Order: sequence, then structure tokens, then C-alpha cells
Amino acid sequence: MNDEAVSTCGSCKQRHAWCETYIPITARFGYSRVMFDQADALLLARIQFAFTVSFHFIFPAFSIGLASYLAVLEGLWLKTGKPLYKDLFKYWLKIFAIAFAMGVVSGIVMSYQFGTNWSVFSDITGPILGPLMAYEVLTAFFLEAGFLGVMLFGMNRVGKGLHFFATIMVAVGTFISAFWILSVNSWMHTPVGWSVGQTGQLLPEASWLEIIFNPSFPYRLVHTVIAAYLTTAFVVGGVGAWHLLKDRTNSHARKMFSMAMWMAAIVAPIQIFAGDMHGLNTMEHQPQKVMAMEGHYQSHPYGAPLYLFGIPNDEEQRLDYAIGIPKLSSLILKHELDAPLAGLDTIPDADQPPVLPVFFAFRIMVGIGFAMLGIGAWSLFARYRKRLYDWPWLHRAALVMGPSGFVAVIAGWITTEVGRQPFTVYGVLRTAQSASPLDAPAVAASLIAFVLIYFAVFGAGTWYIVRLMSHSPHLGEKGVKRSETGPVRTAGITPGPTQNPGHDPDALPHDRKEAVDGV
Amino acid sequence: MAYNLDLTTVWAFIIAFAVFAYVVMDGFDLGIGILFPTFAVGPERDRAMNSIAPVWDGNETWLVLGGGGLFAAFPLAYALILPATYPLIIAMLLGLVFRGVAFEFRWRDPAHRRLWDAAFTGGSFVAAMAQGMTLGALLQGVTVAGRAYAGSWFDWFTPYTLLTGLGTVAGYALLGATWLVWKLDGESQHHARQLGKRAAWATFVLMGGVSLYNITLNAEYAERWLSAPEIYYAAPVPILTGLVALALLRALSVARHSKPFWLSIALFFLGMAGLGVTMWPYIVPPGITIWDAAAPEKSQIFMLVGTAIIMPIILGYTAWAYWVFRGKTEYEGYH
Repeated sequence: MNDEAVSTCGSCKQRHAWCETYIPITARFGYSRVMFDQADALLLARIQFAFTVSFHFIFPAFSIGLASYLAVLEGLWLKTGKPLYKDLFKYWLKIFAIAFAMGVVSGIVMSYQFGTNWSVFSDITGPILGPLMAYEVLTAFFLEAGFLGVMLFGMNRVGKGLHFFATIMVAVGTFISAFWILSVNSWMHTPVGWSVGQTGQLLPEASWLEIIFNPSFPYRLVHTVIAAYLTTAFVVGGVGAWHLLKDRTNSHARKMFSMAMWMAAIVAPIQIFAGDMHGLNTMEHQPQKVMAMEGHYQSHPYGAPLYLFGIPNDEEQRLDYAIGIPKLSSLILKHELDAPLAGLDTIPDADQPPVLPVFFAFRIMVGIGFAMLGIGAWSLFARYRKRLYDWPWLHRAALVMGPSGFVAVIAGWITTEVGRQPFTVYGVLRTAQSASPLDAPAVAASLIAFVLIYFAVFGAGTWYIVRLMSHSPHLGEKGVKRSETGPVRTAGITPGPTQNPGHDPDALPHDRKEAVDGV
Repeated sequence: MAYNLDLTTVWAFIIAFAVFAYVVMDGFDLGIGILFPTFAVGPERDRAMNSIAPVWDGNETWLVLGGGGLFAAFPLAYALILPATYPLIIAMLLGLVFRGVAFEFRWRDPAHRRLWDAAFTGGSFVAAMAQGMTLGALLQGVTVAGRAYAGSWFDWFTPYTLLTGLGTVAGYALLGATWLVWKLDGESQHHARQLGKRAAWATFVLMGGVSLYNITLNAEYAERWLSAPEIYYAAPVPILTGLVALALLRALSVARHSKPFWLSIALFFLGMAGLGVTMWPYIVPPGITIWDAAAPEKSQIFMLVGTAIIMPIILGYTAWAYWVFRGKTEYEGYH
């Protein structure tokens, strides 16, 4: 494996200056025991990381956008004084509280998973990636967590202005968090400014700015943050559409649907453009990832086709049942019909990513992106015809598209991360040489525990969120609940609480009788 | 080993501070979780939980700083300790999952509130126990070959680590009970005071047991505590601990509000100091010192600049967030 690593270096010598200095780090410093003999543990560790990070990613993808949406709603409420915005703020705040809690607890798992399952990776990359992650904790996590309590529970204690400030700080915190963790992730795709120390660790050589703003980072940051905003917009739009289908005069549902559709119409085209830029950047720095995305096993000296469908066959190195449009891929990637495009036949087998997951995940992501664009355009047309709240088929489509952002985000994540294989740090450190020296049973046991507990706990949380979404937003919406016996502040505004003091309209019914009575 | 003040030493103190901040701040959250089954269903449980609902997330962030800081400043220690205590860390993380979601879920699902309350307690207990046992596993020594953990995946399970785990559970329960003495009033406060007394005695006994066990653990530890001139530096720690323990018992007996909590924190601080005397300068006993495990100077400086600027700001708004929710916890409905 290590000898291969040396020989494969020649294949990319023309592109990467650091190939000259490349040495099989792990071979020199006694890490070989984690390879081969522990292939099962390695595979299990990879499954575990993929599972926990995919689950985790769902929550920030939602809470980054939702935190900003809450800040906008509260800002509009303070500016216009309209109770409608306050109601919408409180409606989504309850959902945010649950989603954020799940993001926090699944995120802590990630911050330790590097050490538990990828200790060699941690030791080798720690001097470079450690500080970036430490900055994430210092500048983002504390900010979010410190102001979250005030945002959720402090409205009556600090006054409107300070409360709005707290909401903004939480929103800013989610963005700063995305900034740092995507910088870390991007460096793993496009590592720059490093040298190898005596201990085998990668040491920071260039300036920190150069490391933080590594070549793929600006593109990945823009593409991912917009993805989070779009994901939230479609959730909000889906919920709005759901309630419009039940009652198209509901002013709260109208407002959230309208805001979400503006986001879809404006941001979806920007996202497609940003994605294209990100793809071109990947083409420059990680060509084999783009080859896998495109299904290009063979080189095409006179214009490469854009494959719409096919079944990648890594064994035979060909795309079975391929359906393609001639020369379109060259046009998209090189802006020229006859431009030559290299294929995976120029990449040694040991350096190729598995094509199948990358190929399909990429198509799912792009397909959803264009479907989002379609919804946005449809809503613009409906708005132009003054029928935005009157076309049930638009609402049905928006409802179906509600969770689509999550699918797209996970698909995009699979595209980029599997496309980086077989490396953890692209071209520098192999995945097979990154794992902890653990026995397979230990990893298997923890993987089973994660799977069972995540599905149970986060399944319940998702169910509670959907329950909250199923209640239609209304006048005098209440915030986060904290007592069964507390004073009923909204008595007189809505009739419910006066008949049944202390009952939470958003909670699940206690028993069948209550459910049937419909209290 | 010289006590020269270099960057690595500074970072060792910063990490120690993060760990201490985590232990006392999430300590009282977890302690309330551990004591939760003894609270009456209804307002007593609701208020106990509400007293920490606005701050638990910030408190838990110190754990991320401890882990992230270790990864950044002492990557080798991070890469050795976590595989060595793998099942403990996984158990702790999963415990924190249950504990964290229970804060929201118990309100959303009254029909299953008992279940989420049990998850709150179970998660808190498992997390506390795992943290204590991890500390014990570290103190009893980690088998290292080259730059990798070389022991088996059950080395951490010994009578000693069971003792440190139980000691941590008792200590967190003490913090939780004294926090509630401060934040509650009436019958609930009286209840918390009774719990505090029991937790205090349990903490003293287990803390003493761990300290004595430490000395038998390895010859170097014994030398630290029992031979001159080291004993002159070390002796104030147990003496002060005894005085704080007496003051704490007294404060719990008379009608004090916040004093027992601060004395409990002082107790933890002295425990931490004792730990420092025992371990210094090793970060992964018996062989790896803080200098062996340290990140390169360039990484340390980059982080130190950020920490020096940002940490005071963090402490500022954290203090503000506590200040906003000062006083006795109310019987609140909605926010």
C-alpha cells in the first residue's frame, strides 16, 4: 500500500508542487498495524463516521437557515409591530429549540469521533486542523450556546432589543460555526501550506490565512451555506403549503409560504450557479472526483458526453447502460464542445474513488436543485397571476418538496466526501492509514449502539417536530413551554387555555380520551 | 522536571481550566439529572429542570472546548486517550444525547414524560460515571507503543476506575444539590439541602478513597505526596480540602442559599489542584509529558492569540446569561 502511494505520486506531479515532498508518512512512523489486519475495524469505523456525520448534518443544515429566519421574523416584528411576525417567530422557535438540541448532542459526538475512531488522523493533522476546530468552539459554539438560553427563555427578562440581539448572536454563531468546520473540511480536500515534521505530523508551514482560505474553501462555504438556507426555505414553504391546503385564508400560513417562495425563486438559481463554480474548482484540484461524478471511466480527447444515466462498474472500469448527450460535459466543464476531458483511465486504480455512490449522489443533488428552481419559477408565475395562495397543485408540490433540501444536502455531502476517497487528506493521507488501532468488536458494538439510539432518539425528535408543524400557526402563538402549572398568560386571547388551564396546545395528548375530545 | 513557563505549560493550564469549568458547570446539570428521581413529580421536577434549562447548553460547550482544545494543543494526547477509553467515551456521548434531548422532549410528550425523565437521569448518570472512569483510566496509566495506544479495549475497567467513577457521580450530585439549594425555596430547598448533606458525605469518603488509592497506584505518585520537599507543596491541598469540607457541612446545616454551592466548587478546585500535583507534567501517564504531546509552537501561538482575545468575551456573556436568570427559579409557563 505504501509503495503504491509513492508510485502513484507521479501521476499528479504536474499539478501539485507538494508531490515532490510527498512521503508515505504513516509507513515511517509505525502506523502500519492499523492497516490490513484490521480491515474490518476500518470499514466499521468508516460506516460509523458516515452514519453519525450524516445524521448530525441534517440538524445544522436546518438550524443555520432557521436561526436566520427567526432573526428576520423578530426584526420584522420589532420594525412593523405586527403580531403576525411575533406569532411566526414563536411558532418556529419551538421547532428550533428541538432541532437545535438534537444538533448539539449529535455534534458533540462528532468532536470526539475524530479521536475515538480516527486517532492516527488526529495525531497527524492535529497541528493544522486542531486550531481551526478550537476556533470554531471559541467563536461559534459558545456564542450560540451562551445566547440560546436568552433567546428561548429570556423574552420577558431582558426586553425586546436585547432579546433581538440574542437571536442575532445565535444566527451569527451558526454561520461562524459553518465557516470554521467547512474550512477544516476544505483543507482535507485541498491541503495547502503543510510540511512533514519529525514525528510524522503535518505542520503548518504557510500563513494561517492561506491554510484557512485553502483553494476549495470559498466555493464550499458559499455552496453549503446557501444549501442550508434553501433547505430551511423549503421546510418553511412546505409547512406553509400544508396549512394553505387546509385553509387558504390562513394569514400566518400565507406569510410563511410567500417568504419561503421568494427565497426559492431568488436563491435556487444562485445556488445552481454557485454549485457550477464549486464543480469547476473541484475539476481543477480533485479531477478524479469530477470524473466519478460524470461517470467518465474513459478519456475523451474530442469532447466528452454528459451521462444522464448509467450503472458504474468499477470492476470493468466502464459505465453500463449509459445514456448520454454527446459533448455536453465538455461544454459545461470546459465551455467548449470539443475540449478533451481525461477519464479515470489516467488515474491509478489505488487512487480512484468508488464511482457508483458519487455518480448517483451527484445526480440526486442536481435533480433536486433543478426541481427547487422549478418550484421557485412556478411561484413567481403564480405571484404574477396573483394566485400564489390559490393553486393547490403548487401547494402540493411545495409540500412534497418540503424535506427535499435534506436529501440534497446529504447527497451533496456523499458526492464530495466519497469523491475524496481513498484519502482522508487528499493526496496526503490515506483513509486506510487514518483509523484508530481498535479491535473490530469495539467498533461494531459502538456502531450498533449509535444506530439504535440515533434512530430512537432523533426519530422521536423528528416526530415531535412534525407534530408541531401539523398545528396551524395562529394568533397569540405561544413560545417554548416550561411548566404544567404555570400562569396561563394568554387566557382570553384563545379560548382553549381558559377551559383547560395549563394545557399545552402543542403537546401530544395525555391519553386516548383527550385525543378524542380534541382538547 | 522544571516548572518553566513556556507555551506548552500555558496550554496545559488553559486545558486544565476548560476541564475545570466543564466539571463544575455541567457537573451541577448532571448532578440534577442524577438526583432527579428523588424529586416529586410535578412542580419540584419542573423547577429543578427549569433552573438549568437556559444554561445547560453553554455548560456542555466547555466539554467541546476540552476535547477540541486537547486535539489542537496536545494532538498526541487526544489520539492516545480516546482510543484507550473508547467504550467510556462512546457511553458518555450517548448518555449526553439522552440527557440533552430530554430537556425539550419531556415537555413535548406528556404521555411519555416518565420515559424522558428516566432518560434524563440515566443519561446524566452514565455520562458522569464515564467521565470519572476516564479520569481514573488516565491516572492508572495508558499503554503506549510509538505514537499509538497499544492496550486492549477493556484496560480501563478496574476497581480503581469504578471508584473514580462513583466519586465523580457523588461530586456532581453534591454540585447539583447545592445549586438547587441556591435556586429553589420552600420545601424543595429543604429537600435539596438534605440531599446535599448526603452527597457531601459520599463525596468526602470517595474523594479520600481515591486519594489514598492514588498513592498506591505508582511509586512516582507516592513520592509526590509523601516525601520532602514535594510534600511542602502538596500538603496545603489536603489541609484546605478538610477545612472546606467542614465549612460546607456547616453551610448546609444553617439557612444558607448560595454558600454551599460556592464551597462545593472550592472543593472541586482543590480536587483539581491535587490532580495537578499528582500528574504533572504527564498528560498521558506514565510516559507522555505535556511536551511530548504538544502541538508545534506555530499552532500554539495562533490559538493563544485567539484564546486571549475571545475567552474574556465568552466569560463576559456567559456571566450575563447567568445574570439574566438570577434569583430563585419561578413557576413559569411559556416563553
